[in-house]
Amino acid sequence: MSELSSAYIVGAAETPLGKVMDQSEMSMVAIAAKEALDEAGLRLRDVDAVFTNYMGEEGSVQLGEYLGIRPRYAESSDMGGASFEFFIHHALLAVAAGRCEVALIGYASRQRSRRNRPRAVSAGTGTLAAQFEAPYGIHFPIGHYALSAARYMHECGARPEHLARVAVSARKWAALNPKAWVREPLSVDEVLASPMICDPLHKLDCCLVTDGGGVVIVTGRHRARDASKRSVRILGAGESHAQWHVAQCPDLTVTPGVVSGREAFGMAGIKPSDVDVFEPYDNFTHSVLLYLEDLGFCGKGEAGELVASGALDPGGRLPSMTSGGGLSYNHPGALGILLLIEAVRQLRGEAGDRQVANAEIAVAHGTGGLAFSTASTVVLARE
Amino acid sequence: MEHRLLIQHCTHCGMHQFYPRPFCLACEATALEWVEARGTGTIYSVTTVRVPVVEELKPPYLLALVDLEEGPRLLTNIDGETAGIGDRVTLSWREREGMPPLPIFKVDGGR
Repeated sequence: MSELSSAYIVGAAETPLGKVMDQSEMSMVAIAAKEALDEAGLRLRDVDAVFTNYMGEEGSVQLGEYLGIRPRYAESSDMGGASFEFFIHHALLAVAAGRCEVALIGYASRQRSRRNRPRAVSAGTGTLAAQFEAPYGIHFPIGHYALSAARYMHECGARPEHLARVAVSARKWAALNPKAWVREPLSVDEVLASPMICDPLHKLDCCLVTDGGGVVIVTGRHRARDASKRSVRILGAGESHAQWHVAQCPDLTVTPGVVSGREAFGMAGIKPSDVDVFEPYDNFTHSVLLYLEDLGFCGKGEAGELVASGALDPGGRLPSMTSGGGLSYNHPGALGILLLIEAVRQLRGEAGDRQVANAEIAVAHGTGGLAFSTASTVVLARE
Repeated sequence: MEHRLLIQHCTHCGMHQFYPRPFCLACEATALEWVEARGTGTIYSVTTVRVPVVEELKPPYLLALVDLEEGPRLLTNIDGETAGIGDRVTLSWREREGMPPLPIFKVDGGR
């Protein structure tokens, strides 16, 4: 991608987080949109592209109406929680091609206060899932991920302590983030002593269920000059998807992150050792082990030992989940938007007590669907 | 009610597949036939579900992916209290009120 056609994140803001009783999902996005656009030195009337997921039917239309935007580029693709990394990829290309100038990527959920998460796979009549999955009582989505975790541990020799250590790393970061939902110290033993939900996943191997969301603003070099804060350049992005139904996945120890990571790192011209900050989609502890291997931070079966060495912790050699992640900071059902926001904060040097020194390159890596159905990787760089 | 587990067989390349589609995923041929699975297989992965998910199943229960001898992988339940990856299993059936019987599996030798 040429210099002229390069794209930047010029605004990034969280919605209200945690348990949100005094806002709707739409008003939450609007609050974050104003804050992110203020950072960008832009107004809602400057926005000509809208990207969202999980904001109702024809989500970008509903969000566009609420914000008073009639875009010339729009997308409400459902790529699960990773949609927002996919949207960075698509916004980057749309901006580069001149099809839009200012893209707003937004999302909010009140899944905690609404208590509306389903436990069973959709048993709507006529679907393949209703016929071949629902009758067996597969928990949505912990059952899918548990089948992956069990197979990964069997094949790669990871132990329950390795998985638990991911949650401990996340909690160490959360202790440094005043916005994190849980900040008390956590030990491996405490994770292992928490109730088993679907073996081998304990309660504390699973992410939080909170309200939250955020907005990210993407634009080209020209409009990036208006930004009041340091812009972050989008160096590369990639995406892929695999199975929806867990039985259709030939290998549950590998994710489509292999493809999205290869594409993103290739476009950015970086290698894993260049990454200063890693923001993985930590919906479950073992997920992080798979991403570390899929993106090439270590070899197959080596992630458990890498995590046990403290590499992901504050001061470690691959600072990861630096907000506290979905495990300890916030997980609003679709975490991908918050991974991007934290990566931006780190690259701007505005992450406070949890700031990673000299962070120049950050990677946000999203997953979505049921046991790694989708993956998208975004490489960001400090300007 | 019949108790037959039918899968697709590609008469062109010999692959078996499940769930059914109007073409072979391996070679894209449309010359597919229904064959009855032998009903034997191996556990690819298994978990014990310890929280209530659906009314019909009282936790804890075993949820597994079983690789049929013919190749296709099925999500299913294992009848019993424990099972491990690699265990050999044999087809069994769960009867359901007003619904077709559901193919599940039992560990060989009754682990």
